[in-house]
Amino acid sequence: MTADVLSWVLLLVIAAYACGGGVDYGAGFWDLLAGGAGRGRRPRWLIDHAMAPVWEVNNVWLVFVLVLMWTGFPEFFQTVFTALWLPLALAAVGMVLRGAGFALRKPTRRLAARRVYGAAFAVSSLLTPFFFGTVIGSVASGRVKPGTTASADAWANPTSVIAGLLAVCATAVLGAVFLTADARRFGAVDLVGYFRLRAWAAIAALLVVAAVGLAVTGDDASYVHHGLTHGWGLLLVLLSAAAGAVTAALVAGPALGWARYGAVAAVALAVAAWGVAQRPYLVPTSLTVQDAAGASATLQWMLIVAVVALVLIGPAVTVLYRLDTRGVLEPLADEDVAR
Amino acid sequence: MDTATRLLADAPAQLLPARELMAFTLASHIMLVPFGVALPFITLVMHHRGLRRNDPTALLLARRWSAVMAVQFAVGVVTGTVLSFEFGLLWPGMMGRWGDVFGLGFGVEAWAFFLEAILIAIYLYGWRRLKPWTHFWLAVPLPLAALLGAFGIIAANSWMNTPRGFTLDAAGNPVDVDVRKAVFTPIFGPEYWHFTVAMFLTAGYVVAGVYAVGWLRGRRDRYHRLGFTVPFTVAAVLTPVQFFLGDNIARQIFHKQPVKFAAAELVWDTDTHVPEYLFGRLQEDGSVKGGLKIPQLDSILAGFKPDTQVTGLTSVAADDRPTALQATIVHWAFDIMATVGSVLILLALWYAWCWWRRRDLPRSKWFFRCAALAGAASVLCVECGWITTEVGRQPWIVYQNMRVSEAVTPTGAASLWTMFGIVVAVYVLVFGAFLTVLLKMRTRWRAAGDGTAAAEHPETDTPYGPRHELAATAAPPPSADPGADRPRGGAE
Repeated sequence: MTADVLSWVLLLVIAAYACGGGVDYGAGFWDLLAGGAGRGRRPRWLIDHAMAPVWEVNNVWLVFVLVLMWTGFPEFFQTVFTALWLPLALAAVGMVLRGAGFALRKPTRRLAARRVYGAAFAVSSLLTPFFFGTVIGSVASGRVKPGTTASADAWANPTSVIAGLLAVCATAVLGAVFLTADARRFGAVDLVGYFRLRAWAAIAALLVVAAVGLAVTGDDASYVHHGLTHGWGLLLVLLSAAAGAVTAALVAGPALGWARYGAVAAVALAVAAWGVAQRPYLVPTSLTVQDAAGASATLQWMLIVAVVALVLIGPAVTVLYRLDTRGVLEPLADEDVAR
Repeated sequence: MDTATRLLADAPAQLLPARELMAFTLASHIMLVPFGVALPFITLVMHHRGLRRNDPTALLLARRWSAVMAVQFAVGVVTGTVLSFEFGLLWPGMMGRWGDVFGLGFGVEAWAFFLEAILIAIYLYGWRRLKPWTHFWLAVPLPLAALLGAFGIIAANSWMNTPRGFTLDAAGNPVDVDVRKAVFTPIFGPEYWHFTVAMFLTAGYVVAGVYAVGWLRGRRDRYHRLGFTVPFTVAAVLTPVQFFLGDNIARQIFHKQPVKFAAAELVWDTDTHVPEYLFGRLQEDGSVKGGLKIPQLDSILAGFKPDTQVTGLTSVAADDRPTALQATIVHWAFDIMATVGSVLILLALWYAWCWWRRRDLPRSKWFFRCAALAGAASVLCVECGWITTEVGRQPWIVYQNMRVSEAVTPTGAASLWTMFGIVVAVYVLVFGAFLTVLLKMRTRWRAAGDGTAAAEHPETDTPYGPRHELAATAAPPPSADPGADRPRGGAE
């Protein structure tokens, strides 16, 4: 019972990271594609401005995913990190380059140095979600069994690659939709159209990859495929697609702010569909939630800690996002630190 | 064959790169930890002073420190996340078996860290638009969140040192987990206080050291005086406290991890009237080469009388204890820490004396030279303290319950060495860039302070993402916004 609850919490936190982290990775993705220094100046300005106050918070979700995995489901954690050693190691390196690149680009003035930091940030914003996606694909395809050692086969296969691409597309959608809304919020009227176009392109790409994915998983990841095409899994997939369509429509209209919720809903519902599809397994057909669950006393305490933390963090996170969306949060300007 | 070679021969090939990688990433990350834990507090003290006394210099210092905090926190976030990845990438065996016994601490830490990230974002980006006192009060929980985060991490680490709160079933797997016992393990209290005080002390000395250098170079204005006094006072007050706490944890280790204590003090055979060695190297045969030998002192320090019995390394089998080389490393780390700690006490006393006699900073250049070094010395102490804890526990990853070699990943040594190379290269670049950015910020600020702001780099307003130029053309610039007219951070 506790294990089930905790597995849903884990799924929820993964969804939160997919959305929160996804927005940031997506911003990095568009930073990468923004073109040369001249052409990319304005979009990069917006990306920098929109991401800065919240990216660290968004990335904390990842730490939760790890902690919940090793505390709640130690065997699952051991299995995943042993079998998928390489993509996870690369994702970790990518995260360092990304965070450091972004943080260091800000206070740097020299163009050459800014380019280097910016490139580190943007390239790793593309690669990191790809590797995380392949990890999810490998788990879903059932190739990762307890006792599997690291091998390329575990993650260099159709399902994993498709999942990686899907993750990149999802971040691109999230990034573009949020940046469209941010462009209006910061009054950069011309960028609204710029990112709206990219949001549509990303949604289209996402649909194509998702369709290919559904075809590929038929044989390659049959358990999850069955789950995604039947019952609750199917319903969630359809809802996710509907949310995506609504988002595409909302981006065009005056209710731009709502498009953000649409994009978040689409991604979160897709993650939920994956989770529902592989019930009752953590790793389809080899490791169930019950088998992988840690000591029940610890699981109960994890839930208690989570509830207490939510009481503390809920108000704080509300204040942060409200201040941020009302435009109260602004970085220190040069005149603030000059005498 | 000597012990070290034999142990190495038994160990899986990937053990060495895994340990080196963990050691390298932790040693790098731990240098940022004092600032993550304590810089917000020190900044808030300055901020409070600025608001309370309507002191623009104090507010300027607080704003500059938070500009530094922004970069430092970001680098700390990524290097910290790497560590959580490494639990899986390097030590899946430990997490797979023990994750549910001691993982709760990490859970607490993760939530605390979340809270910290939120609060720090509000603080760093709140200077311009929030009301001054609202801004200050929103940041007040920040040091508490930092202390809570340290609680989680130290709970996990102290569990690895003195594990309990479980029983082993026939297959050797932990069952009947008692969470409360697993969080509050015997060494937790001493380790927690020793660690947190070390963080505040180190951050204080490092920040003060920056202004001590400025002072030595003749910049003796109020700005430097204030920038030195506030953090140095925090650190100086804590130094004697830390001396007491360090002495306390050494004695706790004597009781709770006697073999680690034996390694730290180079005690070979269990005995009474044990001498204390200052430095020196332990040989395979148990003799000590070099170093200063003080008869009886180790027994006296451990139990306050010469006939205190001190457990020696040979009380356990050779493969259940640190090797001679590891013991020597632990011993040196321990002695360096104790030596630096004692010197810092003298420095704090010097400061206290001058303050008590004259209500003023010491006049001697030597005081400021020492103060400038105190920061680096405390960072060295942090590293040494961590080496003492971790190397002293060898060969155990979970003390007396799981060997490091049992926990290591089955991934091959070649992959791990490659990853090690990549990580070292990336970290050198990241930390190098981090320091460069800090130095550039300093240069910029100094230029602004000298009224030579116009001499700033010509590329300041280049197209690659700069805010000013663009803000002027398309987006509403901050100054055009009604809210921006409010005084920043209070006084100006």
